Amino acid sequence: MLRTFTCIMCPRGCGLEAVVEPEGGSREDKGQEDKGRECGLPEACAAGFRISRITGNACPKGEQYVRQEIENPMRNIATSILVDGGELPLASVRLTGPVPKGSIFDVMKEIRQVRRPAPVTEGQVVIPDVLGLGVDVIVTKTVESV
Amino acid sequence: MKNVDVVIIGGGPAGLAAAIELYKKGVTDILILEREKKPGGILRQCIHDGFGLTRFGETLSGPEYASRFVRQVEALGIPCRTDTTVLEITPDRKVYASSSEGFLAIQAKAIILAMGCRERTRGAISIPGTRPAGIYTAGVAQAYINLKNKMVGREAVILGSGDIGMIMARRMTLEGAHVLGVYEIQPYPSGLPRNIEQCLNDYHIPLHLSHSVTDIRGVDRLESVVVSQVDDHMNPVPGTEQEIPCDTLILSVGLVPENELTWMAGAQPDESTKGAVVDENYQTSVPGIFAAGNVLHVHDLVDFVSMEAERLADGAARYVREGGLPECRLAVKGDSMACQIVPGRISGKGDVTVAFRVRRPMEECTIELVQGGQVIRRKKMPKALPAEMVEIPLKAEMLNENDDLEVRVVC
Repeated sequence: MLRTFTCIMCPRGCGLEAVVEPEGGSREDKGQEDKGRECGLPEACAAGFRISRITGNACPKGEQYVRQEIENPMRNIATSILVDGGELPLASVRLTGPVPKGSIFDVMKEIRQVRRPAPVTEGQVVIPDVLGLGVDVIVTKTVESV
Repeated sequence: MKNVDVVIIGGGPAGLAAAIELYKKGVTDILILEREKKPGGILRQCIHDGFGLTRFGETLSGPEYASRFVRQVEALGIPCRTDTTVLEITPDRKVYASSSEGFLAIQAKAIILAMGCRERTRGAISIPGTRPAGIYTAGVAQAYINLKNKMVGREAVILGSGDIGMIMARRMTLEGAHVLGVYEIQPYPSGLPRNIEQCLNDYHIPLHLSHSVTDIRGVDRLESVVVSQVDDHMNPVPGTEQEIPCDTLILSVGLVPENELTWMAGAQPDESTKGAVVDENYQTSVPGIFAAGNVLHVHDLVDFVSMEAERLADGAARYVREGGLPECRLAVKGDSMACQIVPGRISGKGDVTVAFRVRRPMEECTIELVQGGQVIRRKKMPKALPAEMVEIPLKAEMLNENDDLEVRVVC
């Protein structure tokens, strides 16, 4: 099966095409697979399908991206927390790494509960290991107290 | 009147990068003037990540990207006067400003214009209809949500597929609003492909190309908009009108360099970029007045703004030291498919980075830089989009000193 992706790893936004087959795909596909680049992605292959060919990527990140999009799409999010007594009512935050797309709104719900007195500092962790997903919520803008 | 070597107007990414680079080149008598209460420019409200991949090799949020430069400016002790609005600049490089501490008059040896750009508004695209509350440019909505903690609405339609509009579609969705769709008048998106993917597709927000808002309805608050399909000449097609109930309309219909001060000083404008015509040193037609960043031409990525301002510092430092720069006699021109070319003039004696955009999306094309009928640099592009600025660096040894330079897009 041919699937198309737009890589989001950098602003270049490569348009990618991947041939994805369920594990143990038909024999005819094998010939095509040999002509294409070896997927070299053991994890993806172990997950019940194999990616026999990826084209259109300008760098190796594109391959990682396709693998992840098929297995479990991950995204980072940015939002804000409330700050009391600061020069701004909000401090922006982000995650230290991406989380599964399906947990974005749950993570948003957690972040919405956070309220901190000023000052808050860039890099400060406001939720460690949010929802046990292995990433922290950190402040991205220092907000001084007034 | 106070004397300063270099006055930088604007403490956003361009101004800060120029200041740091000038300082490193030994020009240390610098003053940055910033209109807002804090330096950092528009990055302060761009809380999403994706900045810095080119400049720093890692992905940062806007505030983090800005703070890297702010911290350096502070560490070098470069003065940055915030809450200070420049009112006028003159061809002989006097700067007049209004600040919280009163009126300022400064004589500069060189002025660096780094005022950035502004959003086009409803007035600029003349949408008919009533004038209710609930209509915002994307950047204004972004400031309300990300700086003021004010939600702008619940049911939103977005006009224009610019990057900030798409980023706001995602931001509003995360904050619980319902974004009904993005409508783009062109037959192709105006923002980057990755933003279509991660801001629209991820949240199932439809993108309708060749569509525009043709009526706005509501008395106090926006009640609905009418969208219509447009034809090849961007005229609404009768019979395709569709009324969409909503309380918010976000406009992401383009950015325009903010150049009132530039024209006051008499700099020659460039009709294509809406910025000043500059030479390879980023010097405008007025000697000693330089420009870089979004005030010169609108960029897609802040990384390129910073890097352009850093290149500007080379020429500006030389100007301050030597009291002038060699003349750039050769024009840089594009064919019918290349527009927004920067710089407009070169000497043919120095390295130069030529930036431009293609006029429409193209596949498998070749960019040719031609001087005196000779192709001096060729670049193959599998795809070229108007949304993506193309930058091609040229070395002095590739250029001659006699012929104009032409940018050709060959398909």
